Amino acid sequence: MPVFKLLQEFKADPMKIFDYLDVVYRVIDSVETKVRSFITLVPQDAIFKHVEKLMKEGKERINSMKIFGIPIAVKDVISTKGIRTTCASKMLENYIPPYNATVIEKIVNEGGIVIGKTNMDEFAMGSTTETSAFYPTHNPWDLSRVPGGSSGGSAAALAAGEAPLALGSDTGGSIRNPAAFCGVYGLKPTYGMVSRYGLIAYASSMDQIGPMARNTMDLAILLNVIAGYDPKDSTSLPISARDYVSLLKELMYKEPRLRIGLVKELFENSSESVRSSAYKAVDILCSYHECVPVSLPYSKQLVATYYIIAMAEASSNLARFDGVRYGLKISFENRGWDEVYSDVRTKGFGYEVKKRIALGAYILSIGYRDMYYIRALKFRRILKETFDKIFKSVDAVISPTMPILPPKLGEFFEDPLRMYLADVNTVIANLIGAPAISIPIDFYNGLPVAIQIMSRQLTEEMLLYLSMQLEEKTGFRNIIAEVH
Amino acid sequence: MHVNSLEVLIGLEVHVQLTKLKSKLFCPTPADYRKSPPNTHVCPVCLGLPGTLPVVNKKAIEYAIAVAKALNCEISDRLVFVRKHYFYPDLPKNYQISQYIGPGFTAIARNGYVKIFVDRNAKVVRIRRVNIEEDPGRIVYMGSIETSPYSLVDYNRSGVALLEIVTEPDMASPREARAFLEKLMAILEYLGVTDPREEGAFRVDANISFKGFGRVEVKNIGSVKDVEKALTYEIIRQKKIVEQGGSIERETRHWNPDRGVTIPLRSKEYEEDYRYFPDPDLPPLRMNRDFIERVISTLPELPDNRIARFTVQYGLDEYRATVLVLNKWLADFFEDAAKIYNNYKKLADLLITDFLRWINEYELSPENLKVKPLHIVKLLRLWDEGTLSVKMVKEILPQVVKEGIDIEAYVTASGYVKIIDRDYLREIVEEVLRENPKAVQDALSNPKAINYLIGLVMKKTGGKADPQITRELIQKALEKLR
Repeated sequence: MPVFKLLQEFKADPMKIFDYLDVVYRVIDSVETKVRSFITLVPQDAIFKHVEKLMKEGKERINSMKIFGIPIAVKDVISTKGIRTTCASKMLENYIPPYNATVIEKIVNEGGIVIGKTNMDEFAMGSTTETSAFYPTHNPWDLSRVPGGSSGGSAAALAAGEAPLALGSDTGGSIRNPAAFCGVYGLKPTYGMVSRYGLIAYASSMDQIGPMARNTMDLAILLNVIAGYDPKDSTSLPISARDYVSLLKELMYKEPRLRIGLVKELFENSSESVRSSAYKAVDILCSYHECVPVSLPYSKQLVATYYIIAMAEASSNLARFDGVRYGLKISFENRGWDEVYSDVRTKGFGYEVKKRIALGAYILSIGYRDMYYIRALKFRRILKETFDKIFKSVDAVISPTMPILPPKLGEFFEDPLRMYLADVNTVIANLIGAPAISIPIDFYNGLPVAIQIMSRQLTEEMLLYLSMQLEEKTGFRNIIAEVH
Repeated sequence: MHVNSLEVLIGLEVHVQLTKLKSKLFCPTPADYRKSPPNTHVCPVCLGLPGTLPVVNKKAIEYAIAVAKALNCEISDRLVFVRKHYFYPDLPKNYQISQYIGPGFTAIARNGYVKIFVDRNAKVVRIRRVNIEEDPGRIVYMGSIETSPYSLVDYNRSGVALLEIVTEPDMASPREARAFLEKLMAILEYLGVTDPREEGAFRVDANISFKGFGRVEVKNIGSVKDVEKALTYEIIRQKKIVEQGGSIERETRHWNPDRGVTIPLRSKEYEEDYRYFPDPDLPPLRMNRDFIERVISTLPELPDNRIARFTVQYGLDEYRATVLVLNKWLADFFEDAAKIYNNYKKLADLLITDFLRWINEYELSPENLKVKPLHIVKLLRLWDEGTLSVKMVKEILPQVVKEGIDIEAYVTASGYVKIIDRDYLREIVEEVLRENPKAVQDALSNPKAINYLIGLVMKKTGGKADPQITRELIQKALEKLR
């Protein structure tokens, strides 16, 4: 059942929250051992106690809550007070934050219920959820395949019916990639639209928290909850809150005709199976909107630029993990601090994380920074200017979300470069700070295929509108995988 | 080449905590951490917990602009923070949010200067740049850094706003370095941005070299006096090495104030690579001219302006004006007194010499002095009238400084004045001896008869003459007659 229907039921009869939670926990019980979406699950009795307290709020207050009684799966990169937050790393295996991320405060304030923390690539570094220090998550549509990443746990939880809403984070596609591979909806908002306070940083200039759901309206509902200016985040945009549910309804009513650009290089990059499915979306949209081809002459530089900036920032952001104040503890007895630091970081970080920290430090060091970091920044600026121009002639651009179908577990380990290159379509939005949505469009041999639509900053309502139009045509709404 | 002809180059990096701020530089934790037990004066942000973000304290920027202006710097129109990376246990994020001059980033201010006085000669010390940055926590050693078996970390200080003020190597002696620092402290005091006397609020890294030799950095010196001592020590140490034909390696040393020596910390053979890059959590801010001008327009009168005004308004020379102004409280005291007393030079001289000496001697705190400007003015007036001699003024001044006594009342009540004025008493004594030849004869033959003469002096002075001094003076006078 979609969230907006659940909300009506819960507000009419709050006792129904318990029934629904029973269903959710029963699904989790039956599929979790196969899918492994969660790292930490809040026990059902603790959730019930929380709901009992929530029900004591006044009627008026309850009615004003945007997600009263709705369970949410939260990616384990977002700080939750009192619930351990591991980033899927040994480094933070036992770390329990003493504070809530701003988005969690907002969710709690609007009546949402955090039921657990979802699996991910370690410190969000990966595209398959296989770099998790604990275990990989399996794609609910085909357990031999990856769910995508890094927000693979959140996407899998939605696809397997373990939660109706989820939060992910997206630095180079980490919401859209798993949304695509798991057949759910995922939105990376405009950079600065959702507070990053409490989001454990990977690459600060590109990280963004976003909503994930099984239909477009639910995406809008969750976006309404989490978006908005936060004085605790200096990169947060000082803009007044907008109601995306109303905006979406209004656009669906008015049905404006838009100009949509087809990025031909990004279609050509894609595998045959993905391309043929993606053209179905193009056909649907172009039968109503005006479609024009647009060219992006730099697809080669995109991935390199993204990884240089991301690794540079990551090497800095991850410097704080030294085992002194929190995280992995190794005794200082009779050892110098530098020796202990080295030990903590050797044992606490996995291979992929260490690789990116090492490369990032190298990229920023004297003698190399000009060659890599400064050049990457220059390209980033050129890319922004290019898209400023593109967005003057079209309202949105469309491409496949992922150029490939979900790979088998282990497949990318042999070929990390192929994994990096698979991010080519998604990294653009992070580099330029634009919003982008992944919309399920087809199933190819039982595997989900999705398209991505990107638009100018702060035009999320347009993406939601196009997504809703597609959703109505495809009927991919609230579909849940049968996990065998 | 003889070592004494070697040119000494001294450059300073001064770290000043903005102690007058209400909160730390990037979080709402109150800035005054000093009375808190270790690691209790912290929040998720200044502890560098995962996911936390910095938000710049706007007041700190205003303070930095004020300081930059007072140091005659060019103020940047962009505020950019960079991350300076190094691993150290007092640094929670293992990078410090700081400023630096490089591609895409700059310091809040650069290219300034400060005018100082040494041996009554004026000199200019150039300011290379002013940075705003966060203070790390503190490493606490058991005993001294050399002998401590382990070290503890206290993050209370972490995130406190610091200004780093870097000079060019323009100082040629430890005395010049001291003069610069005293001037700098005065400027900061006038601006009201810091109380440099707070423990750890004012820390100096001193770079010293002989021209053509390796540069030595002495880190973390805690007071102006210690800077002078450490530099003096280094000059002697380095001279000895040069004299013996050795070479001075580039290195970092630590000042041990208890032993009065510098000790090597680590050799600095290469420039450390801090991997600076603009902090993506703090987007560059435009500092528009209006904002900067608004801050500047609220600045109080600065030392240089006050010195200039003192020379015009009170006719003082620049040296006297500087000594007064660099001790802000003393300059305030002077101006209060000058409202009711117009021999400004005499007033200034008394204040910057004996008065200041006794204040220091008694270790009196300028904030709660018992002596008020009126006490000093009354003393000067009695001096001008001739009621008090120079000598008496000097004798009585310590008590006035310490207790803040009203000299007029004191004179009347105790007659203390005439007791100690030997010149005056000598005249009375001579008069009495002239008028009483008989008694003089008696006293010459019988020592006990001297008491009669003392009685006569007492009578003439209304009983206010000091019997001891009177006796002494009469004895001396009688000696001459023998």
